[in-house]
Amino acid sequence: MLNKIYDWVDERLDITPIWRDIADHEVPEHVNPAHHFSAFVYCFGGLTFFITVIQILSGMFLTMYYVPDVENAWKSVYYLQNEVAFGEIVRGMHHWGASLVIVMMFLHTLRVFFTGSYKKPRELNWLVGVGIFAIMLGLGFTGYLLPWDMKALFATKVGIEIAASVPFLGEIIKTLLAGDSTIIGAQTLTRFFAIHVFFLPAALFALLAVHFIMIRRQGISGPL
Amino acid sequence: MQRGKGMKFVGDSRVKANNRMPNVPKDYTEYPGKTEAFWPDFLLKEWMVGAVFLIGYLLLTVAHPSPLEGPADPTNASYIPLPDWYFLSMYQLLKYTYASGPYNVIGAMVIPGIAFGALALIPFLDTTPERRPSKRPLPTAFMLLAVAALIYTTWESVQATDWDAVDAQGEITDKHLGLLPDVEVDETSEGYEIYQAQASCIGCHGGDLAGVSGPMLLGNELTAEEVQEVIVNGRGGMPAGTFTGTDEELQVLAEFIAGLKEAE
Repeated sequence: MLNKIYDWVDERLDITPIWRDIADHEVPEHVNPAHHFSAFVYCFGGLTFFITVIQILSGMFLTMYYVPDVENAWKSVYYLQNEVAFGEIVRGMHHWGASLVIVMMFLHTLRVFFTGSYKKPRELNWLVGVGIFAIMLGLGFTGYLLPWDMKALFATKVGIEIAASVPFLGEIIKTLLAGDSTIIGAQTLTRFFAIHVFFLPAALFALLAVHFIMIRRQGISGPL
Repeated sequence: MQRGKGMKFVGDSRVKANNRMPNVPKDYTEYPGKTEAFWPDFLLKEWMVGAVFLIGYLLLTVAHPSPLEGPADPTNASYIPLPDWYFLSMYQLLKYTYASGPYNVIGAMVIPGIAFGALALIPFLDTTPERRPSKRPLPTAFMLLAVAALIYTTWESVQATDWDAVDAQGEITDKHLGLLPDVEVDETSEGYEIYQAQASCIGCHGGDLAGVSGPMLLGNELTAEEVQEVIVNGRGGMPAGTFTGTDEELQVLAEFIAGLKEAE
Protein backbone atom coordinates (compact mmCIF):
# COMPACT_ATOMS: atom_id res chain seq x y z
CA MET A 1 0.00 0.00 0.00
CA LEU A 2 2.66 2.50 1.08
CA ASN A 3 4.87 1.36 -1.78
CA LYS A 4 2.07 1.98 -4.23
CA ILE A 5 1.50 5.49 -2.87
CA TYR A 6 5.25 6.09 -3.05
CA ASP A 7 5.38 4.87 -6.66
CA TRP A 8 2.36 6.96 -7.60
CA VAL A 9 3.98 10.12 -6.22
CA ASP A 10 7.43 9.18 -7.55
CA GLU A 11 6.10 8.63 -11.08
CA ARG A 12 4.85 12.21 -11.08
CA LEU A 13 7.52 14.02 -9.05
CA ASP A 14 10.62 11.78 -9.16
CA ILE A 15 11.16 12.17 -5.41
CA THR A 16 13.77 9.39 -5.03
CA PRO A 17 16.82 11.56 -5.85
CA ILE A 18 15.55 14.30 -3.51
CA TRP A 19 15.47 12.25 -0.34
CA ARG A 20 18.31 9.87 -1.32
CA ASP A 21 20.57 12.92 -1.64
CA ILE A 22 19.68 13.95 1.90
CA ALA A 23 19.38 10.63 3.70
CA ASP A 24 21.38 8.00 1.79
CA HIS A 25 24.98 8.88 2.49
CA GLU A 26 27.90 7.08 4.05
CA VAL A 27 28.75 7.10 7.78
CA PRO A 28 32.45 6.34 8.11
CA GLU A 29 33.70 3.95 10.77
CA HIS A 30 35.63 6.57 12.79
CA VAL A 31 32.47 8.55 13.69
CA ASN A 32 30.36 5.49 14.55
CA PRO A 33 30.15 4.79 18.31
CA ALA A 34 29.03 1.24 17.48
CA HIS A 35 32.60 0.55 16.29
CA HIS A 36 34.67 2.92 18.43
CA PHE A 37 33.07 3.95 21.70
CA SER A 38 35.12 7.17 21.86
CA ALA A 39 33.25 8.29 18.72
CA PHE A 40 30.35 9.32 20.99
CA VAL A 41 31.90 12.78 20.83
CA TYR A 42 30.50 12.94 17.30
CA CYS A 43 26.97 12.74 18.80
CA PHE A 44 27.13 16.18 20.40
CA GLY A 45 26.11 18.07 17.28
CA GLY A 46 23.15 15.78 16.64
CA LEU A 47 22.07 16.03 20.27
CA THR A 48 22.28 19.82 20.07
CA PHE A 49 19.89 19.68 17.13
CA PHE A 50 17.67 17.20 18.99
CA ILE A 51 17.32 19.61 21.94
CA THR A 52 16.76 22.49 19.52
CA VAL A 53 13.81 20.59 18.02
CA ILE A 54 12.44 19.98 21.54
CA GLN A 55 12.90 23.69 22.32
CA ILE A 56 10.93 24.63 19.20
CA LEU A 57 8.09 22.20 19.99
CA SER A 58 7.86 23.02 23.70
CA GLY A 59 8.14 26.73 22.91
CA MET A 60 5.25 26.47 20.46
CA PHE A 61 3.10 24.92 23.18
CA LEU A 62 4.19 27.52 25.74
CA THR A 63 2.98 30.36 23.51
CA MET A 64 -0.51 28.83 23.62
CA TYR A 65 -0.76 30.09 27.21
CA TYR A 66 1.92 32.73 27.60
CA VAL A 67 0.86 36.39 27.44
CA PRO A 68 3.70 38.88 26.71
CA ASP A 69 2.38 41.73 28.81
CA VAL A 70 3.59 43.06 32.18
CA GLU A 71 0.20 42.62 33.84
CA ASN A 72 -0.35 39.04 32.75
CA ALA A 73 3.02 37.50 31.83
CA TRP A 74 3.81 36.23 35.33
CA LYS A 75 0.21 35.17 35.95
CA SER A 76 0.10 33.22 32.69
CA VAL A 77 3.36 31.44 33.55
CA TYR A 78 2.09 30.67 37.07
CA TYR A 79 -1.12 29.28 35.58
CA LEU A 80 0.81 27.28 33.02
CA GLN A 81 3.06 25.88 35.73
CA ASN A 82 0.34 25.00 38.25
CA GLU A 83 -2.98 24.56 36.49
CA VAL A 84 -2.43 23.46 32.89
CA ALA A 85 -2.21 19.70 32.31
CA PHE A 86 1.48 18.81 31.75
CA GLY A 87 2.26 22.53 31.77
CA GLU A 88 4.95 21.94 34.37
CA ILE A 89 6.56 19.31 32.13
CA VAL A 90 6.44 21.43 28.99
CA ARG A 91 7.84 24.48 30.77
CA GLY A 92 10.36 22.27 32.57
CA MET A 93 11.62 20.82 29.29
CA HIS A 94 11.94 24.30 27.79
CA HIS A 95 13.75 25.55 30.92
CA TRP A 96 16.22 22.65 31.19
CA GLY A 97 16.56 22.37 27.42
CA ALA A 98 17.83 25.95 27.35
CA SER A 99 20.70 24.94 29.62
CA LEU A 100 21.32 21.56 27.99
CA VAL A 101 21.48 23.02 24.50
CA ILE A 102 24.26 25.39 25.64
CA VAL A 103 26.14 22.48 27.21
CA MET A 104 25.82 20.23 24.15
CA MET A 105 26.68 23.07 21.77
CA PHE A 106 29.77 23.88 23.83
CA LEU A 107 30.85 20.21 23.76
CA HIS A 108 30.19 20.06 20.01
CA THR A 109 32.34 23.17 19.52
CA LEU A 110 35.16 21.58 21.52
CA ARG A 111 34.87 18.34 19.50
CA VAL A 112 35.14 20.23 16.23
CA PHE A 113 38.04 22.25 17.60
CA PHE A 114 40.08 19.37 18.97
CA THR A 115 39.58 17.19 15.89
CA GLY A 116 40.74 20.15 13.78
CA SER A 117 37.59 19.83 11.70
CA TYR A 118 37.33 23.59 11.12
CA LYS A 119 40.33 23.52 8.76
CA LYS A 120 40.20 23.86 5.02
CA PRO A 121 37.73 23.25 3.37
CA ARG A 122 35.35 23.70 6.33
CA GLU A 123 36.19 27.29 7.42
CA LEU A 124 32.80 28.65 6.35
CA ASN A 125 30.89 26.03 8.28
CA TRP A 126 32.84 26.91 11.43
CA LEU A 127 31.89 30.57 10.96
CA VAL A 128 28.23 29.63 10.59
CA GLY A 129 28.54 27.49 13.71
CA VAL A 130 29.93 30.42 15.71
CA GLY A 131 26.93 32.43 14.46
CA ILE A 132 24.59 29.71 15.75
CA PHE A 133 26.45 29.84 19.08
CA ALA A 134 25.81 33.60 19.35
CA ILE A 135 22.13 33.20 18.43
CA MET A 136 21.69 30.49 21.07
CA LEU A 137 23.17 32.79 23.74
CA GLY A 138 20.78 35.51 22.54
CA LEU A 139 17.85 33.12 22.82
CA GLY A 140 18.94 32.25 26.37
CA PHE A 141 19.25 35.91 27.34
CA THR A 142 15.90 37.03 25.87
CA GLY A 143 14.02 33.95 27.09
CA TYR A 144 15.18 34.50 30.65
CA LEU A 145 13.09 37.70 30.94
CA LEU A 146 9.81 36.28 29.66
CA PRO A 147 8.41 34.73 32.91
CA TRP A 148 8.62 38.31 34.27
CA ASP A 149 9.53 37.17 37.77
CA MET A 150 12.05 38.80 40.09
CA LYS A 151 15.17 37.08 38.83
CA ALA A 152 14.12 37.61 35.22
CA LEU A 153 13.72 41.35 35.66
CA PHE A 154 16.92 41.87 37.62
CA ALA A 155 19.08 39.65 35.41
CA THR A 156 17.83 41.58 32.38
CA LYS A 157 18.54 44.88 34.11
CA VAL A 158 22.12 43.80 34.68
CA GLY A 159 22.47 42.49 31.13
CA ILE A 160 21.15 45.67 29.59
CA GLU A 161 23.37 47.79 31.85
CA ILE A 162 26.39 45.82 30.59
CA ALA A 163 25.27 46.39 26.99
CA ALA A 164 24.76 50.08 27.75
CA SER A 165 28.34 50.40 29.06
CA VAL A 166 29.73 49.67 25.59
CA PRO A 167 31.32 52.91 24.34
CA PHE A 168 29.56 54.92 21.60
CA LEU A 169 26.96 52.28 20.70
CA GLY A 170 25.89 51.42 24.26
CA GLU A 171 22.92 53.77 24.52
CA ILE A 172 21.62 52.79 21.08
CA ILE A 173 21.84 49.08 21.89
CA LYS A 174 20.08 49.69 25.19
CA THR A 175 17.23 51.60 23.57
CA LEU A 176 16.95 49.00 20.82
CA LEU A 177 16.66 46.15 23.32
CA ALA A 178 14.67 47.81 26.10
CA GLY A 179 12.45 49.99 23.93
CA ASP A 180 13.26 52.98 26.09
CA SER A 181 16.41 54.78 27.21
CA THR A 182 15.56 54.52 30.93
CA ILE A 183 12.66 52.15 31.61
CA ILE A 184 12.80 48.37 31.62
CA GLY A 185 9.14 47.51 31.45
CA ALA A 186 6.23 46.73 29.16
CA GLN A 187 8.08 47.71 26.00
CA THR A 188 11.11 45.62 26.98
CA LEU A 189 8.97 42.55 27.57
CA THR A 190 7.22 42.74 24.20
CA ARG A 191 10.54 43.35 22.44
CA PHE A 192 12.24 40.44 24.13
CA PHE A 193 9.23 38.27 23.29
CA ALA A 194 9.40 39.27 19.62
CA ILE A 195 13.17 38.75 19.51
CA HIS A 196 12.92 35.39 21.31
CA VAL A 197 10.01 34.00 19.31
CA PHE A 198 10.40 35.52 15.83
CA PHE A 199 13.70 37.24 15.06
CA LEU A 200 16.25 34.87 16.59
CA PRO A 201 14.47 31.61 15.60
CA ALA A 202 14.23 32.86 12.01
CA ALA A 203 17.95 33.58 11.99
CA LEU A 204 18.61 30.25 13.70
CA PHE A 205 16.66 28.25 11.09
CA ALA A 206 18.52 29.96 8.26
CA LEU A 207 21.93 29.27 9.81
CA LEU A 208 21.04 25.68 10.72
CA ALA A 209 19.95 25.05 7.14
CA VAL A 210 23.25 26.44 5.84
CA HIS A 211 25.16 24.44 8.48
CA PHE A 212 23.52 21.16 7.41
CA ILE A 213 23.71 21.81 3.67
CA MET A 214 27.44 22.44 4.05
CA ILE A 215 27.90 19.21 6.01
CA ARG A 216 26.09 17.22 3.30
CA ARG A 217 28.11 18.98 0.62
CA GLN A 218 31.50 18.42 2.24
CA GLY A 219 30.91 15.23 4.18
CA ILE A 220 32.24 14.69 7.68
CA SER A 221 35.95 15.27 8.28
CA GLY A 222 38.19 12.22 8.06
CA PRO A 223 39.87 10.32 10.92
CA LEU A 224 42.76 12.01 12.72
CA MET B 1 12.59 18.45 -20.85
CA GLN B 2 11.97 19.08 -24.47
CA ARG B 3 13.22 22.38 -25.73
CA GLY B 4 12.72 24.55 -28.80
CA LYS B 5 10.03 24.03 -31.38
CA GLY B 6 9.15 20.57 -30.15
CA MET B 7 8.13 21.90 -26.71
CA LYS B 8 4.95 20.38 -25.30
CA PHE B 9 3.09 21.43 -22.15
CA VAL B 10 -0.22 19.68 -21.60
CA GLY B 11 0.25 16.29 -19.99
CA ASP B 12 4.00 16.74 -20.17
CA SER B 13 6.52 17.01 -17.34
CA ARG B 14 10.26 17.18 -17.03
CA VAL B 15 9.96 13.98 -14.98
CA LYS B 16 10.44 11.09 -17.39
CA ALA B 17 8.51 7.93 -16.68
CA ASN B 18 11.16 5.58 -18.04
CA ASN B 19 14.53 6.70 -16.62
CA ARG B 20 13.65 7.49 -13.01
CA MET B 21 16.19 6.71 -10.27
CA PRO B 22 15.51 3.22 -8.83
CA ASN B 23 14.60 3.35 -5.13
CA VAL B 24 17.49 1.19 -3.87
CA PRO B 25 20.19 2.07 -1.37
CA LYS B 26 23.68 2.93 -2.53
CA ASP B 27 26.32 0.22 -2.40
CA TYR B 28 28.72 0.91 0.44
CA THR B 29 30.93 -2.17 0.01
CA GLU B 30 33.62 -0.14 -1.74
CA TYR B 31 33.87 2.42 1.06
CA PRO B 32 36.77 2.04 3.54
CA GLY B 33 36.45 0.19 6.86
CA LYS B 34 33.06 -0.40 8.40
CA THR B 35 31.31 2.45 6.62
CA GLU B 36 27.55 2.07 6.73
CA ALA B 37 24.49 3.76 5.30
CA PHE B 38 23.08 6.71 7.24
CA TRP B 39 19.56 5.69 6.26
CA PRO B 40 18.25 3.63 7.92
CA ASP B 41 21.06 1.75 9.75
CA PHE B 42 22.91 4.59 11.43
CA LEU B 43 19.83 6.73 12.02
CA LEU B 44 18.33 3.93 14.15
CA LYS B 45 21.45 3.93 16.34
CA GLU B 46 21.28 7.71 16.60
CA TRP B 47 17.69 7.40 17.77
CA MET B 48 18.83 5.01 20.48
CA VAL B 49 21.38 7.58 21.69
CA GLY B 50 18.62 10.20 21.48
CA ALA B 51 16.23 8.02 23.50
CA VAL B 52 18.78 7.49 26.27
CA PHE B 53 19.51 11.21 26.32
CA LEU B 54 15.78 12.00 26.40
CA ILE B 55 15.30 9.76 29.45
CA GLY B 56 17.96 11.69 31.37
CA TYR B 57 16.48 14.97 30.19
CA LEU B 58 12.96 14.00 31.30
CA LEU B 59 14.21 12.74 34.66
CA LEU B 60 15.86 16.11 35.21
CA THR B 61 12.62 17.86 34.25
CA VAL B 62 10.48 15.73 36.56
CA ALA B 63 12.91 15.84 39.49
CA HIS B 64 13.51 19.59 39.32
CA PRO B 65 10.47 21.65 38.33
CA SER B 66 11.53 24.85 36.61
CA PRO B 67 11.81 27.70 39.11
CA LEU B 68 9.43 30.62 39.24
CA GLU B 69 9.82 33.53 41.65
CA GLY B 70 7.31 36.21 42.54
CA PRO B 71 6.29 38.70 39.85
CA ALA B 72 8.79 41.37 38.82
CA ASP B 73 8.84 44.30 41.22
CA PRO B 74 11.25 47.02 40.05
CA THR B 75 10.89 48.88 43.37
CA ASN B 76 12.64 46.12 45.32
CA ALA B 77 16.09 47.63 45.85
CA SER B 78 17.55 44.84 47.97
CA TYR B 79 17.21 42.10 45.36
CA ILE B 80 20.53 40.40 44.44
CA PRO B 81 20.53 40.14 40.63
CA LEU B 82 22.02 37.03 39.04
CA PRO B 83 22.13 36.03 35.37
CA ASP B 84 21.55 32.49 34.15
CA TRP B 85 24.51 30.20 34.90
CA TYR B 86 26.09 30.32 31.43
CA PHE B 87 26.53 34.09 31.73
CA LEU B 88 28.08 33.91 35.22
CA SER B 89 31.66 33.95 33.89
CA MET B 90 31.04 37.18 31.96
CA TYR B 91 29.27 38.60 35.01
CA GLN B 92 32.20 37.67 37.25
CA LEU B 93 34.68 39.24 34.83
CA LEU B 94 33.05 42.62 35.47
CA LYS B 95 33.83 42.35 39.19
CA TYR B 96 37.60 42.26 38.79
CA THR B 97 39.43 45.53 39.43
CA TYR B 98 40.95 45.94 35.98
CA ALA B 99 37.75 44.92 34.19
CA SER B 100 35.26 47.17 36.00
CA GLY B 101 34.72 50.77 37.01
CA PRO B 102 37.03 52.94 34.89
CA TYR B 103 38.25 49.79 33.11
CA ASN B 104 34.70 48.63 32.38
CA VAL B 105 35.40 48.65 28.63
CA ILE B 106 37.96 45.89 29.13
CA GLY B 107 35.55 43.60 30.95
CA ALA B 108 32.42 44.41 28.95
CA MET B 109 33.94 44.60 25.46
CA VAL B 110 37.63 43.94 24.98
CA ILE B 111 37.95 40.54 26.66
CA PRO B 112 34.63 39.03 25.44
CA GLY B 113 35.29 40.60 22.03
CA ILE B 114 38.75 39.06 21.73
CA ALA B 115 37.49 35.68 22.98
CA PHE B 116 34.53 35.52 20.61
CA GLY B 117 36.46 37.06 17.73
CA ALA B 118 39.28 34.57 18.14
CA LEU B 119 36.76 31.72 18.27
CA ALA B 120 35.21 32.87 15.01
CA LEU B 121 38.54 33.41 13.28
CA ILE B 122 40.30 30.19 14.34
CA PRO B 123 40.22 28.70 10.81
CA PHE B 124 42.06 31.77 9.51
CA LEU B 125 44.56 31.93 12.38
CA ASP B 126 45.39 28.23 12.46
CA THR B 127 45.95 27.48 8.79
CA THR B 128 48.33 24.52 8.92
CA PRO B 129 46.92 21.27 7.53
CA GLU B 130 47.82 19.50 10.81
CA ARG B 131 44.70 18.32 12.66
CA ARG B 132 45.92 16.43 15.73
CA PRO B 133 45.80 18.66 18.86
CA SER B 134 49.30 17.55 19.86
CA LYS B 135 50.68 18.64 16.49
CA ARG B 136 49.35 22.20 16.84
CA PRO B 137 50.32 23.15 20.41
CA LEU B 138 49.46 26.86 20.27
CA PRO B 139 45.76 26.59 19.28
CA THR B 140 45.35 23.67 21.68
CA ALA B 141 46.96 25.59 24.53
CA PHE B 142 44.88 28.70 23.91
CA MET B 143 41.64 26.72 23.80
CA LEU B 144 42.50 24.84 27.00
CA LEU B 145 43.36 28.15 28.64
CA ALA B 146 40.06 29.69 27.51
CA VAL B 147 38.05 26.71 28.80
CA ALA B 148 39.95 26.85 32.11
CA ALA B 149 39.25 30.59 32.37
CA LEU B 150 35.54 30.02 31.70
CA ILE B 151 35.32 27.31 34.34
CA TYR B 152 37.38 29.32 36.85
CA THR B 153 35.39 32.56 36.52
CA THR B 154 32.10 30.63 36.74
CA TRP B 155 33.37 28.88 39.87
CA GLU B 156 34.54 32.19 41.35
CA SER B 157 31.10 33.68 40.72
CA VAL B 158 29.40 30.71 42.38
CA GLN B 159 31.75 31.06 45.36
CA ALA B 160 31.13 34.80 45.67
CA THR B 161 27.34 34.39 45.67
CA ASP B 162 25.40 33.98 48.90
CA TRP B 163 23.14 31.19 47.63
CA ASP B 164 21.03 31.03 50.81
CA ALA B 165 20.15 34.70 50.35
CA VAL B 166 19.52 34.17 46.62
CA ASP B 167 17.26 31.19 47.26
CA ALA B 168 15.35 32.99 49.99
CA GLN B 169 14.56 36.08 47.93
CA GLY B 170 11.78 36.51 45.44
CA GLU B 171 9.49 33.89 46.96
CA ILE B 172 5.90 33.75 45.73
CA THR B 173 3.56 34.98 48.48
CA ASP B 174 -0.23 34.92 48.87
CA LYS B 175 -0.25 38.52 47.84
CA HIS B 176 1.20 37.64 44.44
CA LEU B 177 -1.52 35.09 43.95
CA GLY B 178 -4.21 37.66 44.55
CA LEU B 179 -5.12 36.04 47.84
CA LEU B 180 -4.32 39.07 49.99
CA PRO B 181 -6.41 42.22 49.75
CA ASP B 182 -4.52 45.25 48.54
CA VAL B 183 -4.08 47.03 51.86
CA GLU B 184 -1.40 49.58 52.66
CA VAL B 185 -0.13 48.84 56.20
CA ASP B 186 1.58 51.76 57.89
CA GLU B 187 4.28 49.95 59.84
CA THR B 188 5.40 53.12 61.60
CA SER B 189 2.03 53.87 63.16
CA GLU B 190 1.39 53.55 66.88
CA GLY B 191 -1.44 51.10 66.27
CA TYR B 192 0.88 48.78 64.36
CA GLU B 193 3.37 48.80 67.23
CA ILE B 194 0.65 48.02 69.76
CA TYR B 195 -0.56 45.16 67.56
CA GLN B 196 2.95 43.70 67.24
CA ALA B 197 3.43 43.91 71.02
CA GLN B 198 0.32 41.82 71.74
CA ALA B 199 1.31 38.15 71.60
CA SER B 200 -2.30 37.04 71.64
CA CYS B 201 -3.10 39.17 68.56
CA ILE B 202 -0.14 37.92 66.50
CA GLY B 203 -0.70 34.33 67.60
CA CYS B 204 -4.01 34.02 65.79
CA HIS B 205 -4.04 36.87 63.25
CA GLY B 206 -0.38 36.69 62.26
CA GLY B 207 2.45 39.19 62.34
CA ASP B 208 1.58 40.19 58.77
CA LEU B 209 -2.12 40.67 59.67
CA ALA B 210 -2.97 38.02 57.08
CA GLY B 211 -4.39 35.58 59.61
CA VAL B 212 -3.13 32.22 60.93
CA SER B 213 -5.74 30.33 62.95
CA GLY B 214 -7.83 33.46 63.25
CA PRO B 215 -9.22 35.40 60.31
CA MET B 216 -7.25 37.87 58.23
CA LEU B 217 -7.47 41.46 59.45
CA LEU B 218 -6.45 42.99 56.13
CA GLY B 219 -9.48 44.26 54.29
CA ASN B 220 -11.91 43.79 57.20
CA GLU B 221 -15.25 45.56 57.05
CA LEU B 222 -15.58 46.72 60.66
CA THR B 223 -15.70 50.23 62.12
CA ALA B 224 -13.36 51.24 64.98
CA GLU B 225 -16.18 50.86 67.54
CA GLU B 226 -17.05 47.37 66.31
CA VAL B 227 -13.38 46.32 66.44
CA GLN B 228 -13.07 47.60 70.00
CA GLU B 229 -16.21 45.69 70.95
CA VAL B 230 -14.88 42.46 69.46
CA ILE B 231 -11.53 42.83 71.25
CA VAL B 232 -13.18 43.39 74.61
CA ASN B 233 -16.04 40.89 74.38
CA GLY B 234 -14.68 38.37 71.89
CA ARG B 235 -16.61 36.94 68.96
CA GLY B 236 -17.02 33.40 67.67
CA GLY B 237 -13.77 31.57 68.38
CA MET B 238 -12.08 34.72 69.69
CA PRO B 239 -11.92 34.81 73.49
CA ALA B 240 -12.86 37.96 75.40
CA GLY B 241 -10.42 40.08 77.36
CA THR B 242 -7.09 38.94 75.97
CA PHE B 243 -5.92 42.48 75.28
CA THR B 244 -3.46 43.56 77.97
CA GLY B 245 -2.93 47.27 77.21
CA THR B 246 -4.54 50.45 78.46
CA ASP B 247 -7.86 51.82 77.22
CA GLU B 248 -6.12 54.46 75.12
CA GLU B 249 -4.00 51.80 73.47
CA LEU B 250 -7.12 49.75 72.81
CA GLN B 251 -8.68 52.69 71.03
CA VAL B 252 -5.57 53.35 68.90
CA LEU B 253 -5.38 49.66 68.03
CA ALA B 254 -9.06 49.52 67.07
CA GLU B 255 -8.66 52.53 64.84
CA PHE B 256 -5.55 51.01 63.23
CA ILE B 257 -7.34 47.72 62.49
CA ALA B 258 -10.45 49.46 61.24
CA GLY B 259 -8.15 51.42 58.93
CA LEU B 260 -6.95 48.27 57.16
CA LYS B 261 -9.40 48.76 54.33
CA GLU B 262 -8.73 47.72 50.79
CA ALA B 263 -7.53 50.52 48.53
CA GLU B 264 -10.19 51.60 46.05
